[in-house]
Amino acid sequence: MLNTVYRLVEPRRFEVAVEDINIFGENAIVRPTHLSICNADMRYYLGTRDKKVLAKKLPMALIHEGIGEVAFDPTGTFKSGELVVMVPNVPVEEDDYIAENYLRSSKFCASSQDGFLQELVEISPKRLVKLPDDINRETAAFTEIVSVSVHAISRFDKIAHARRDVIGVWGDGNLGYITSLFLKYEYPDSKIVVFGQIPEKLSDFTFVDETYLTDEIPDGFTMDHAFECVGGNGSPVAIEQIIDLIKPESTIAIMGVSEYPVPVNTRMILEKGIRMFGTSRSGVKDFEKTVAMYRDHPEIIDYLGNIVESVNEVSTITDIKNAFETDAHKSFGKVIMRWNI
Amino acid sequence: MIYGAILAGGVGARMGGDKPKQYLSIKDKPIIVYTIEKFFVEKEFDEVIVLCPSMWVEKTKDLIEKFIPDAIEKVVVIEGGEKRNDTIMNAIQYIEQQGKLDDNTVLVTHDSVRPFVSHRIIKDNIEALKQYDACDTVISATDTIVVSEDGTIISEIPERKKMYQGQTPQSFKAKKFKELYMSLTEEEKDILTDGAKIFVIKGEKVALVNGDTLNMKITYPYDLRVARSLVEEEDA
Repeated sequence: MLNTVYRLVEPRRFEVAVEDINIFGENAIVRPTHLSICNADMRYYLGTRDKKVLAKKLPMALIHEGIGEVAFDPTGTFKSGELVVMVPNVPVEEDDYIAENYLRSSKFCASSQDGFLQELVEISPKRLVKLPDDINRETAAFTEIVSVSVHAISRFDKIAHARRDVIGVWGDGNLGYITSLFLKYEYPDSKIVVFGQIPEKLSDFTFVDETYLTDEIPDGFTMDHAFECVGGNGSPVAIEQIIDLIKPESTIAIMGVSEYPVPVNTRMILEKGIRMFGTSRSGVKDFEKTVAMYRDHPEIIDYLGNIVESVNEVSTITDIKNAFETDAHKSFGKVIMRWNI
Repeated sequence: MIYGAILAGGVGARMGGDKPKQYLSIKDKPIIVYTIEKFFVEKEFDEVIVLCPSMWVEKTKDLIEKFIPDAIEKVVVIEGGEKRNDTIMNAIQYIEQQGKLDDNTVLVTHDSVRPFVSHRIIKDNIEALKQYDACDTVISATDTIVVSEDGTIISEIPERKKMYQGQTPQSFKAKKFKELYMSLTEEEKDILTDGAKIFVIKGEKVALVNGDTLNMKITYPYDLRVARSLVEEEDA
């Protein structure tokens, strides 16, 4: 079937392409309904990725956060009209020890293959997770980034020692918000403390126990473990601060993406015996766990809804560009596209 | 109930060659199959009626069997009429024979040679019929439209911003269409080649639905080349 694909061909310029997709193969056909723009998309859109990377990856359809309705599933796994979240990670092999999102052979939508900025998405039914019909779709649109936090917390649970009295989260952006929210649900007895730089943003973290500006941390503060959700140019300072304040034998989860190598105080990592682990993306199991959390704690959707910055009707290529420009000028929150193509 | 009707009644005189243009191929698949696929995956349609020249009915069934076998249950192929409106009437007659024609029966008619139609356009057509008895898919005219009564001298140049180019789908309340059509004289039937125009001359409101430049009609050999290049550049 003819399918329209909206590809970024160079920074700030989209073009239409048409592909013939197979509706009677092994894959389901999903019609996206709500898509969410991620910082990774913006790095392509604004051209802030390395020029060689851009030349290699473009043209490419962006967007790896999105939900849709199943238009047709020849495998019979899903019924037409069912609401699903699409998993952008595409593994091509299985490994007993390495999770699908860390296998170097795995593909990823809007990174190594076209993303969801398409009229229809041809996707394996194994890469779909059913959503509750009555869920707030604008919020559910960014389930992918939520699953990244859920994944990081699951890994943390296996790696970190069991004393979790105080857990620190560095970063007052979207990732910090989502991670601290899910930490509070995962460890209700732990004190979750968030560190950021903008008081107004921190005031939105109403569900955590304490928040501090990074230059106003009380003397003597310490914690058992920490999550770094800063990334970018802020990474070095955040990681340094975490290492300074954290207790010995603690665990630090690194979640923020940085374009450049970050110097780390290895002397103190050695002296304190700190375990530092990286975490990136997520797999089907993480999506399933995330959706189960939505069902068990419906108020989570309300909390997540607070970071929807704008919802944009999109039915033309100009609308797509306008949505990305909106994201470029926002200070916080998620930009959602109500996909009406 | 909501029916899709794919109008493939034309014999393709403008394309050249013997085969009707809707049966020419893009990437080894006939154009009409692409169009049927678009309608087949629309869950709003209870049934999709494909109307084609009598000598192409069996051939069209074979193509569906070959390319979209799962569509057999939802897609029916019947003979079209001599003119466009006759073809639409054949679709309505089919619905009536099934005992499904009532005041709310919606018929979304579409040219078989517009395979690039989008879900949004089809959805907007169905949505428009919740408020109106008919709608027409259009795009704003990009060229200036010139009117000439005698084909020699310009009689009028209308204001461009009020001008639109008609595409399809055109959608109708099927029963209303039948009533209006049956009220036409034979002479009027000869003149009225467009379904929406019947509603307009009878004083009925026809809503506009935004089309898309991509929703092109493959009429001339040039269009076919454009369509092929749009789809096939992937493999280039």
